[in-house]
Amino acid sequence: MCEVGDDYREPAPAGPPPPRPCREQKCVKCKEGLPVVVIRAGDAFCRDCFKVFYVHKFRAVLGKNRLIFPGEKVLLAWSGGPSSSSMLWQVLEGLSQDSAKRLRFVPGVVFADEGAACGQSPEDRAKTLAEVKLVLQTVGFPWHIVALEEVFSLPPSVLRCSAREPVGTEGAYKAAVDSFLQQHHALGEEKQSRPCPQHPQGRAGLPTASQTEALSRLFNSVKTLTAKEELLQTLRTHLILHVARTHGYSKVMTGDSCTRLAVKLMTSLALGRGAFLAWDTGFSDERHGDVVVVRPMREHTLKEVAFYNRLFAVPSVFTPAVDTKAPEKASIHRLMEAFILRLQAQFPSTVSTVYRTSEKLVKAPRDGCAAGSPGPRCLLCMCVLDVDTADSATAFGAQTSSQLPQTQPPVAEAEAPTVSRCRSGMGRAQHCCRMEEDDPRARVIEQLCYGCRVNMKDLPSLDPLPPYILAEAQLRSQRYCPLCRGGRGRLGGVLLGLGSQRAASPGPRLSRRSRSVCRRPTRTGHGLARPQRSRKARMGGWPVITHLYK
Amino acid sequence: MPAPQCASCHKARAALRRPRSGQALCTNCFCAAFEAEVLHTVVAGRLLPPGAVVAVGASGGKDSTVLAHVLRELAPRLGISLHLVAVDEGIGGYRDAALAAVRRQAARWELPLTVVAYADLFGSWTMDAVARSTAGSGRSRSCCTFCGVLRRRALEEGARRVGATHVVTGHNADDMAETVLMNFLRGDAGRLARGGGLGSPGEGGALPRCRPLQLASQKEVVLYAHFRRLDYFSEECVYAPEAFRGHARDLLKLLEAARPSAVLDLVHSAERLALAPAARPPPPGACSRCGALASRALCQACALLEGLNRGRPRLAIGKGRRGLDEEGPPGRRGSHSRPDPRLRSPSPASRDSSSPLGSDDDVGVRGRL
Repeated sequence: MCEVGDDYREPAPAGPPPPRPCREQKCVKCKEGLPVVVIRAGDAFCRDCFKVFYVHKFRAVLGKNRLIFPGEKVLLAWSGGPSSSSMLWQVLEGLSQDSAKRLRFVPGVVFADEGAACGQSPEDRAKTLAEVKLVLQTVGFPWHIVALEEVFSLPPSVLRCSAREPVGTEGAYKAAVDSFLQQHHALGEEKQSRPCPQHPQGRAGLPTASQTEALSRLFNSVKTLTAKEELLQTLRTHLILHVARTHGYSKVMTGDSCTRLAVKLMTSLALGRGAFLAWDTGFSDERHGDVVVVRPMREHTLKEVAFYNRLFAVPSVFTPAVDTKAPEKASIHRLMEAFILRLQAQFPSTVSTVYRTSEKLVKAPRDGCAAGSPGPRCLLCMCVLDVDTADSATAFGAQTSSQLPQTQPPVAEAEAPTVSRCRSGMGRAQHCCRMEEDDPRARVIEQLCYGCRVNMKDLPSLDPLPPYILAEAQLRSQRYCPLCRGGRGRLGGVLLGLGSQRAASPGPRLSRRSRSVCRRPTRTGHGLARPQRSRKARMGGWPVITHLYK
Repeated sequence: MPAPQCASCHKARAALRRPRSGQALCTNCFCAAFEAEVLHTVVAGRLLPPGAVVAVGASGGKDSTVLAHVLRELAPRLGISLHLVAVDEGIGGYRDAALAAVRRQAARWELPLTVVAYADLFGSWTMDAVARSTAGSGRSRSCCTFCGVLRRRALEEGARRVGATHVVTGHNADDMAETVLMNFLRGDAGRLARGGGLGSPGEGGALPRCRPLQLASQKEVVLYAHFRRLDYFSEECVYAPEAFRGHARDLLKLLEAARPSAVLDLVHSAERLALAPAARPPPPGACSRCGALASRALCQACALLEGLNRGRPRLAIGKGRRGLDEEGPPGRRGSHSRPDPRLRSPSPASRDSSSPLGSDDDVGVRGRL
C-alpha cells in the first residue's frame, strides 16, 4: 500500500497469503508450545502466551493512562457482543483474588435493551433478557438493565455538562494508590474481596406499551439508516450517562475494539465530525464533565477478541442491532466497515495505520482558540459547536449560503440571506435571534453541531423526539443564542416573552439569571419568580426591563 | 412527467436538481449560481486581491477548463489578469491530446498560454521515463507520487516565468474529500495537518496557491461545463488505475450515494481536524539546491530527481529518505545521462521514525490536472 513511511525493502507478496504455521513451527514467544492463533502478520502464539499477551494489553492500556483511581466506581457498558463481553471477563478476572496485581476499582454492569428500536417482538426481547440475566448472574457484579424506552422519562439535566473536579496529576494518582493499599492492609483481605453480590438493581418491569410505541414511531420516522444508527447511539449514550449519574459511577467503560474504532473514525469523518475525532475515538472522553467514558479495549483487534472468546469460553449474548442484515450500501457505517475490512484483507496494516493516526489527534479546536470559554455545546452530542457563520468560505458556509436567492449573482459581500441565524456584530439588536423564534425546528437545529445537523435533515419532524431533548433546546434558546454567544438582547428578550409557549420543564431549578429572563406571564405553581420591577418602574416612570438585562 | 419550473426565475423549465440542496434550476440560473458561489469563495476567503496576476494551472481537463472560464468571467469584477500555464509531463498518447485542447481554449479565450515541459526542467525525466524506472518493484509503481510533486514544481516555474503573483488550480470538493480519506488511510499526519484550508498562503518565496472551486462538487463542475458547452479533454491518465487515490475515489462514490452531502461533510471534517503539534510538519526552510520551499535540506522534487538520477527511484519515498544524506556525485541536476533502469535497487532500509512525506506538495493528486 502506498503508506507513508512504508519500507520498500522487499517486494510485497502479490497474491498468496503468508504460509500457515506448519507442524514444526513453535510459538514465537515461548518457543515451546504449539501455536493456535496468528496475531498481526505472522506471529504465531500458543494458547497460554496468547492469554498472557491479551491480558497484558488490557492492563497496560489501563495502567498507561492513569485515569481510573483505586476504589472508583466504574460502569461497564455491556452490549452482549464479543468485545464488551471480553472486557467484562477481563475485569472479572482482573478483580479476582488470585490474579497478580489485582485491578482496584468497583465495577457495575449496565445492559441497554434496544429491542424496540430494532423492531424485535416482545417474546424475542424476553428471551434475550433471560439469557442476559443468566450471564450477569454468573459475573456477579451489581447490574442494571435499562430499556431504551426509558429515554422518554429522562430529565433534561442529562444534556448538561457538569463541572467535575480537576483530574489528578501524576502525584495525585500515586498518592491515591498508596493510600488505597494502606487501607487495604489495614482492613484485612476478607473485606476487600469481590464486591458483595447485591440484589440485582435491574429495573422494576418491562416498559409500557405506549413508550415502546413512541420509540418505534421515532425510529420509523427517520428516513435513512445512517441517521437511525446515529440517533440510536446518541440515545444510548444519554441513557447510560443517566444510569451512571444516578448510581454514582464516575467512569464508564465501553468495549470498542481497535477495528471498530478505526471504522468509527472513518465514519465520523464522513459524517462531518472531524472536529471531534479525538473525543469519539480516543482513550478517554470527558465531554460530559463528571462522567468519563473510557475505552480499554482499544488496542485489541477484533480477531484477537474473537479468538480469545472462543479459546477461553467467554459468554456473550447475540442481540440484533439496527443494521443487522442490512445491505452493504444501506448506511455510511456499513459502507465504511465493508471498505475497511476489505482493504484490511488486501493490506494488513490498514487498521493499525488508521489507529496510529487517530493517536495523533488532539482534543482542541483547530484554530487554537482553546483559551477561555470553549463556547456553547451541541445539544445532542455535547461537543463544542463547530459551525461557522452562514457566509464563510468553508463547507458549512457553502451549504447554508445555498439558500441565497438565485435570481442574480449577489454582490461581493453577500447581504441579508433569506434565512438568517443570529448575525453577530450586525448591530441590529431587534433581529438578533428573532428569526428562529417562529420556527421551533430551527431553534433546535441551531444548537446542534455540524454532524448532528446533517443527521437531523433525515428526521422530517422533531415531535417524536423524547421530551427531554426538546425541553432542553427550549431552555437553551431562551438563555442564550449559540452563535453570538451572548445574552439575549433587551428587545429580543421582550419579543421572546410575548406569546411563546414554553413547555413545563420538570426537575431542575432554573438559575437566577434565566429566571429573570423568562418574561412569560407566570402561572402559579410554576416555580418561576415574577420579574423584579425596579422602584422607578413600579412607580410607572420607566420601562420594566431596565435593570434586568446586562 | 414534465420538469418543474426553475426555482429562482420561475420562467424556464428546470434542467437539473442541485446535488447539495435539491433545488431545481434552469441552465442559466444554475450557471449564475455556480459563478456566484465561486466569486463568494474567492471574496470571502480573500484569495485573489485586486491587481493579482493569476497563473491558472490548465491541463485541458474539465476542472481547469471550468476554472479558467469562470475566472475569465469574473476577472473584470475581481480586477485580476489571467495566464494559462500548462504542464507537459511527457505521457505519450495522453498529454499531447490534452495540450491540444488547452491550445484551443487559449486561442478561443485569448489568454496567454505558457507550456512547461518536464523534459526541459528536470533533465529529460519525462513521466514515461519515470514509469519505466519505477516499474517492476513488486508493489504499485507510485509514479503518481513523482508526477504530483514534479508537476507542482513545474507549475511554480511556469508561474514565475509569466510573472504571476498567485497560482490557482482546479481542485474541486470531491478532490479534497478523497484527499482527506486517503491521508487517513495512509497515515499521513503531516498532510492532514496542512490540508483543509482554501490553499496555502505562500511562505518563504513560494507563490500563494488557492483552489477557488474547492467547495463546488464534481457533479456541478461537469454540469457547468456541459451547459456552457466548454471544450475539454476527458480521458483518464494512463497511469491513473495504479494510484491509491482510486480506492478513496470508489469509497467516495459509494458514500455520496448513501448520503448526498457526504462530500461537503468530508471537506468540513478536513477543515476541522486537530492534530498534535508533534505530527505537524516542521516550519519550512529553503532547499539547498534549487532554493524552493522545503521542510528538509532538499525539497521533495530535488529529492525525487536525485533518486531517479542515482537509479534508485524509491530513495526519496518513505523511510528510504535517509539515504539521501549520503551525497552522490555532484552536478547531477540537469544531467542528460539517464541511468540504466535495470540498475534500480531498493533503497537502504534505515529504521527511521516515520516522517511525513514531502515538503510542500500534494502527493497522489488526481492522475491529471
